[in-house]
Amino acid sequence: MFEAIAFYLFAALTIVMFTITVMTSQALYALTAMAAGMIFISAFFFLLGADFLGVIQIIVYTGAVMALYAFGMMFFDTTRNVVEKGTNPQIVFVLGVLAAVMVVTIFVAPIVSNNIQALYPIQENIGNSQAVGMVLFTKYLVPFELAAVMLLVAMIGGIVLAGKKMDKSLTLMKEEEIGGLDEGFEPEAGGH
Amino acid sequence: MDVAFIIETIAKIVVILLIFSALAGLGTYFERKVLAFMQRRLGPMHVGPFGLLQVAADGIKLFTKEDIIPQNVVKPIFKIAPIITAATAFMASAAIPFWPQFTVFGYTVHPIVADINVGILYVLAIMAIGLYGPLLGGMASANKWSLISAARSAAIFISYEVITGLALLAPLMMVGSLSLIDINNYQAGGITHWIVWSQPVAFVLFWIAAFAETGRTPFHLVANDHEIIDGFGTEYSGMRWGMFFIGEYANMFFISFVISIVFLGGFGDGTIAGAIQLLLKVSFFFFFFLWTRAAWPDIRPDQLMWLCWKVLMPIAVLNVVGTGIVMMF
Repeated sequence: MFEAIAFYLFAALTIVMFTITVMTSQALYALTAMAAGMIFISAFFFLLGADFLGVIQIIVYTGAVMALYAFGMMFFDTTRNVVEKGTNPQIVFVLGVLAAVMVVTIFVAPIVSNNIQALYPIQENIGNSQAVGMVLFTKYLVPFELAAVMLLVAMIGGIVLAGKKMDKSLTLMKEEEIGGLDEGFEPEAGGH
Repeated sequence: MDVAFIIETIAKIVVILLIFSALAGLGTYFERKVLAFMQRRLGPMHVGPFGLLQVAADGIKLFTKEDIIPQNVVKPIFKIAPIITAATAFMASAAIPFWPQFTVFGYTVHPIVADINVGILYVLAIMAIGLYGPLLGGMASANKWSLISAARSAAIFISYEVITGLALLAPLMMVGSLSLIDINNYQAGGITHWIVWSQPVAFVLFWIAAFAETGRTPFHLVANDHEIIDGFGTEYSGMRWGMFFIGEYANMFFISFVISIVFLGGFGDGTIAGAIQLLLKVSFFFFFFLWTRAAWPDIRPDQLMWLCWKVLMPIAVLNVVGTGIVMMF
C-alpha cells in the first residue's frame, strides 16, 4: 500500500514539476521546478530497491541544475519574467505532434512488452553499488571508458578556453591594471 | 507492513526532530558563549541562569516577528527557500546512526531511521540539496547582496562537492561498503583501528570541505557580514530567517556525526562507553566549528576557489590513487 501511495504521489509531483518547467516564463520557477522534478524522480529508484542509483540521481542532478542556475544568473534578471520572441507556428506544430506520438508510445509500451525481463535483477547477497560496479566494469567497460575520455576532452577544452591569464588575480589588481588587461585580451594583440 | 515497525520509525523521527531542533537552538547559545569567552566578553548572561534562557527569548522573538515579504521578490521561491535548508538538514539525518543499538524492556532499538546500504552517499547528497536554500533565497530576493551571495553559494557547492566525494572515496575503498554502520563496525577494534590513522589526508580534506559545506568561517562567504550584509538572509525576517539558522546548526551537528563515524571510530564496539565517546567526538567537532570562527578571518572567494581546485583536489586525487596502489599490492 505504501509503495502505491508513494508511487502515485511522486508520479504526480514529478509531472507537475516538469509541467511548470515547460510552461512558465519565469527563469527561476523553471530551474527550481526542474531541480525538484529531478530529485522526485529519485523516489522511483528508491521504490524499486535501487538505492545507489537513486542517490546518484540526486547527486548528479543537484549539481547539474546548480550549474544551470549559474547560467540563469548571468543571462537573466531572475526576478522578472522572460519575454520570448514570437515563435514559428510550424515548429510548434511539428514539436507538438512529436510529443503527442511520444506520449502515446510511452503509454502503449507496457502493453506491448509484457514479457519484459530484467537482465540484471537485484540479488539478495550482493549490494546495490557492487552490482552496478560489476556490470559497469565487465559488460559496459568500453562505453564507460569512452564516456570517461569524452569527459576528459570536455574538461581539457574548458580549461584551455577559460584558462587564459589564469595566473593573474583580478581581485589583487588596481583599476588601471585591469583596464590594461582588457586590451591584452584582444585576440590579435594577445597572440593566442 | 509491520505496525510496530511503523510506530517505531515515526517515534524515532519525532525524537530526532525534537532533539536536534532543540540542539540547534542551544547551538546558538554555545556559539555566543564560546565566542565571548575567546574574545574576553561575557556573552548572553541576563536571561535566566548563565543566560541559558536567551535561546527561548530569541525563539519567542523570531516566532512573533512580522513575516515580511518584500515587494519585488519572487514570492513562492522566496518563501520556500528557508524550508529547503531546514528540511533537508533533518532529512539527511535519516541514515546516520546516532547511538549503538540498545535494548529497552526486551525490545531492541536501532537508533537509525533507515539503514540503507548507501548511507553515507545519501547523507551527503541530501546535505548538498540544503545549499539550494541560500541559492534560491539569494536569487529570489530582489537585492544585489543576496544575488552575490547566491552566486557564491553555487560556486562553493560545485567546487567543494568534488573535494568531499574524492576525500571520502579513499576510506570507502578500504571499508568496501557505503553503509555508515558497516564503516563503524570496520573500526570496532579500538583506537588503533580508526581510519584516521590510515587515511590522515582524507580526514583533513573532508574536514576542510565540511567547513565549506556548512558555510562556516573561514569559508563563511555566503553571508559575509562586512562585504554583503547578511547575503541571502538580508531580505528575510522572523522565522523564515530563523529556519536558515536551524538548518545551518543542524547541519553542523550532522556533519560532526559523519566525521566522527567515518574517521574516528564512531561508537566503536557498541558499548555505553563507545556511545559516550561518540558524543564527546561530536562535541569536539562542533566546538571546533566555533573555535575557528573566533580565531580565523574569512578568506576571499578567489582564495577559496584557488584552495579547492589547485591545492585540495590534486591532493585528493593523489590520495585516491595512492590508496588504490597500496590496496592492490
